[in-house]
Amino acid sequence: MSSSRAAESLLALNQQEELEDLPREYPLSTSEDEGDSDGERKHQKLLEAISSLDGKNRRKLAERSEASLKVSEFSVSSEGSGEKLVLSDLLEPVKTSSSLAAVKKQLNRVKSKKTVELPLHKEEIERARTPLEQEIFNLLHKNKQPVTDPLLTPMEKASLKAMSLEEVKMRRAELQRARALQSYYEARARREKKIKSKKYHKLLKKGKAKQALKEFEKLRKVNPAAALEELEKLEKARMMERMSLKHQNSGKWAKSKAVMAKYDLEARQAMQEQLARNKELMQKIQVASESAEEEGGAEEEGEPFVPDVVNEVQMKVDRPNPWMFRNHSGDTKEAEVQGDPEELAEPAAQEAPESEEEGPAVAEEILLKEFEERRSLRQKSGLNQIAKPVGSQEAKDLSSQEVLSELRALSQKLNRESHQSRKQELSSTRTVLVVQREEAAREEEEPLLLQRPERARTLDELEELGKEGCFQNKELPRVAVEGQQLERNPSNHLGVPKEKKRKEQMIDLQNLLTTKSPSMKSLAVPTTVEELEDEERDQRQMIKEAFAGDDVIRDFLKEKREAVEASKPKDVDLTLPGWGEWGGVGLKPSAKKRRRFLIKAPEGPPRKDKNLPNVILNEKRNIHAVAHQVRMLPYPFTHHQQFERTIQTPIGSTWNTQRSFQKLTMPKVVTKPGHIIKPIKAEDVGYRSSSRSDLSVIQRNPKRLSIRHKKQLKKNSVD
Amino acid sequence: METVPKLGNNVPPKKDKLQGKKKKPWERRSPGPQRSLSGAQDPFAGPAPVPVAVVQKFCRIDKSKKLPRSETKIRSRLEAAEAQEEEISVKAARSELLLAEEPGFLEGENGEDTAKICQADIVEAVDIASAAKHFDLNLRQFGPYRLNYSRTGRHLAFGGRRGHVAALDWVTKKLMCEINVMEAVRDIRFLHSEALLAVAQNRWLHIYDNQGIELHCIRRCDRITRLEFLPFHFLLATASETGFLTYLDVSVGKIVAALNARAGRLNIMTQNPYNAVIHLGHSNGTVSLWSPAMKEPLAKILCHRGAVRAVAVDSTGTHMATSGLDHQLKIFDLRGTFQPLSARTLPQGAGHLAFSQRGLLAAGTGDVVNIWAGQGKASPPSLEQPYLTHRLSGHVHGLQFCPFEDVLGVGHSGGITSMLAPGAAEPNFDGLESNPYRSRKQRQEWEVKALLEKVPAELICLDPRALAEVDVISLEQEKKERLERLGYDPGTKPPFQPKPKQKGRSSTASLVKRKRKVMDEEHRDKVRQSLEQQPQKQEKAKPMGARPSALDRFVR
Repeated sequence: MSSSRAAESLLALNQQEELEDLPREYPLSTSEDEGDSDGERKHQKLLEAISSLDGKNRRKLAERSEASLKVSEFSVSSEGSGEKLVLSDLLEPVKTSSSLAAVKKQLNRVKSKKTVELPLHKEEIERARTPLEQEIFNLLHKNKQPVTDPLLTPMEKASLKAMSLEEVKMRRAELQRARALQSYYEARARREKKIKSKKYHKLLKKGKAKQALKEFEKLRKVNPAAALEELEKLEKARMMERMSLKHQNSGKWAKSKAVMAKYDLEARQAMQEQLARNKELMQKIQVASESAEEEGGAEEEGEPFVPDVVNEVQMKVDRPNPWMFRNHSGDTKEAEVQGDPEELAEPAAQEAPESEEEGPAVAEEILLKEFEERRSLRQKSGLNQIAKPVGSQEAKDLSSQEVLSELRALSQKLNRESHQSRKQELSSTRTVLVVQREEAAREEEEPLLLQRPERARTLDELEELGKEGCFQNKELPRVAVEGQQLERNPSNHLGVPKEKKRKEQMIDLQNLLTTKSPSMKSLAVPTTVEELEDEERDQRQMIKEAFAGDDVIRDFLKEKREAVEASKPKDVDLTLPGWGEWGGVGLKPSAKKRRRFLIKAPEGPPRKDKNLPNVILNEKRNIHAVAHQVRMLPYPFTHHQQFERTIQTPIGSTWNTQRSFQKLTMPKVVTKPGHIIKPIKAEDVGYRSSSRSDLSVIQRNPKRLSIRHKKQLKKNSVD
Repeated sequence: METVPKLGNNVPPKKDKLQGKKKKPWERRSPGPQRSLSGAQDPFAGPAPVPVAVVQKFCRIDKSKKLPRSETKIRSRLEAAEAQEEEISVKAARSELLLAEEPGFLEGENGEDTAKICQADIVEAVDIASAAKHFDLNLRQFGPYRLNYSRTGRHLAFGGRRGHVAALDWVTKKLMCEINVMEAVRDIRFLHSEALLAVAQNRWLHIYDNQGIELHCIRRCDRITRLEFLPFHFLLATASETGFLTYLDVSVGKIVAALNARAGRLNIMTQNPYNAVIHLGHSNGTVSLWSPAMKEPLAKILCHRGAVRAVAVDSTGTHMATSGLDHQLKIFDLRGTFQPLSARTLPQGAGHLAFSQRGLLAAGTGDVVNIWAGQGKASPPSLEQPYLTHRLSGHVHGLQFCPFEDVLGVGHSGGITSMLAPGAAEPNFDGLESNPYRSRKQRQEWEVKALLEKVPAELICLDPRALAEVDVISLEQEKKERLERLGYDPGTKPPFQPKPKQKGRSSTASLVKRKRKVMDEEHRDKVRQSLEQQPQKQEKAKPMGARPSALDRFVR
């Protein structure tokens, strides 16, 4: 609502601007000139009248033959004189007096301040300051529409010049196709509308309602203002409903149904449905904020001022199919349409520099759009010239924009399709690449560079390909080099796996196996080999031939893939065929049911051999070994790692010296063999000291022995 | 030229220079010389310092893993465990002093290639006792021989393809038994002691004692091609022509597991001494790792483009050497990544591979044996230049380094050759574990102890230290079940309930205040924890190095 009004005001401003533009652009007409001089004369007369007010007729100024050299009592005119009169000249007194200094300063200050010139300079006008101005400026100058000369824009001219016949033909074909597609869509929409199945329409409506709700939710998150507008629209619909009472069973159809309702269940239902709809529409929407409500109120108050066309637009809000009323003046997706051009333009602009190949398609789209826009603008300008009422003009504008948007959507769709096809192409090239790499491994001698795919499409892919090439080139010497490094410094030993981990992604199975290793120079050559040594090359050839048939690597990869598949957690399917529906041979439970009763297994942790192409590691648990592992954390420990650390040192005699083994396995309390250990008593615990203590029980730590114990020990030793 | 271990070389271990700022108590001597009554002072007062590197060798706690924040009670436990470990490892390091022997070595005079030194030169240079360890047995009659040393390294058993089986004390050359089984012998292996001998014959597996008396004929293991004995588990692993890998528990005589490898005929087998995993080589270029507890291989590694011809694993279980029909010899890292460290093409490929105790790699190529040496004990052998080469009178059929002796036994078509390979074996033996000089009584005692300490077969897995870890999966499962059963988590703290206080101090306001206090404290704790974790995350998020330059794409 408010947006439409804003647009209106914008358009009005627009016109004003254009009107203002005109006087500046055209040479001043003579009549205006005359008007100017007329004014001067009047002014002169007025001055004279004033001067003659004081009774005695003053001596009139002698008429000068030269018009410019009039001397007036009230104004200073420098016209006609050779030198220009400057304000500062006047300021200077004949005698310099100090009293005038302050005035002079003031005047200077005034002079230094810039005064607003009228009319403004052209740059001054064109510099847009406020956001509103900027918007207007953008609207006006986006298309480089010539304001004065409504012929061709420079762009149009350029494009006209640039277009060759073929291009024009192509463009025309493109447009034709677009038009055809559009007509197909329209036809489809019409067909769909004609479908009589109520269920179909119900489903359709439901789907749409759901969609709308979802979109509204999204809108509320992204753009609250737009969401408010939507809400206002709903409010409007409610108002309309309240005014028209369209769904209150007051129409002709409803009355006819009411007659039937007594006997016909369907009719009754239909009536009820209508009433429900009425209720639904009449329901007041809870607006989130007060300000919004206030706005709504203002809207209601301002209702009479809104032109009828706008109301019409609102009435058509609920029409199901936008294709069906594009000839009319309104569109529900007004906001969308307005937002559209920017949205479209931006991605296009981003895509354009990205790739050469995508260029033409995008450029086509842009041109198409421009063309459409130009058309619409031309219509607008035409309207301006004819000076139609604002409302109707807006309506036409809307309709044209709607067409535009449709076209845009179509072209976008086309583009997308072409994109997809290209992607498929790319993937195919990639697979080709993989295959080629396999072949490369088979024929080691072949240079790698020759086997690149035909052409890299975009920058990204070029990079990717480069990387792959890198791997290929890097991998070959790596393994051997690493080995040498390892040999050189054994201390580096531990560091290597880390480095490997970083590079793990790059390990290539092919290269692992096909690395050329330096051949051995042995002093003593096995006797049978001696003759063969000269023909080492032949031998290698022989080996190659011998292994040509069995592709070890492919078999291994296949095996690995199977192992990976087998180790993946399986989904649990709990569907019972025939439960709640017909079952039997050739009948499957419905997809919905299967989906409902399928328990998806959670994704397991990544495999340990994920980055090791030449290894298949068994991920199954060794249940027998697990039975020997600790499965409960003892008391003070809260994390298994803490406990593990305390049991990492072995205590067996195999790993320890005899002394430390004995110490580690010493029991906490040692008793002499044969000694009877009496059950514990209260006095033992410390309630009452007992006279006799158990000397045969010696604690492990002598420090902990009490003084009493020590004394007794001493006594014992003395005895 | 130094060779084979020299006895009685009593060089005390060198004292490493003390490094680091904060010295541990065992690293430094007591501060000042203490005066005794006589006035003389002990110049080496206090316990002898122990080199840090040696102590580090015995430390098992992996301190690289960061633990979650723990309470004081847990922290004190952890500290106690660490202190205990340190004490133990210092003791172990101190007892290294008792390892008096040093490994032998062979060094060429300025730039001389050690591979050019032949056995005769070595024999000439070494003492008589060591020279006697080089010998040849000319047994041309009964075809290519397989051989096996007992775990103590004192006894040697060999079996020729044409049925000749013999066992002898090879140091004294005293023959224990010699028989002809009148059947093809495919492989021969000592069981846990030299008293028992398993022979894979054409049809079945037979077990003989050291007198040559047949004790068992195990018909469930038929058409065996290779034998491997896992000493700590008392398991005899057999690979058969029918493609089965069978584990036979020799202490109870039961077959523990019979696994179908589904890879055709199995004739390449070796064991990983570190974790008792069996490695099988297959004709499709893969090596599979097996444990009796699992029906499927623990891992499968694609090593060669052609069939695998030989596999060997070193004593620390870190390196695996493989050779294939593509004439390549590769060394793989077995610590998780299974990637090749180095590779080399041999003129005719290696048909047999063997690792020594100290990491020397021997490869039999036709009638030549090459030995490669690495830098130290744990380093893989560098394949650039052979350390030793030796030509035999026949084609190699079996290779094994003798434990605790610098000797490589080679079985070939011309008999048995025992060649000297300085620096091959561990110079010091554990008298309680495998004593070459043990008496019969000692052996019997050891046997009982070993049987008592037998490791169950199902504990064999790739990482033997995994047993010292908590079974997290069932821990979580149990926790979840308990939660379901009880309806609440007993591990969580109940919400704080302020205790009532007297004299009007437990007004509602003060109760609320106290509650709030506790809540705030908890909240602060939480924030502190999250702050501790945050810098780690940020570090992760930051990209490595400076901003990537546009020229980086050209960097190869």
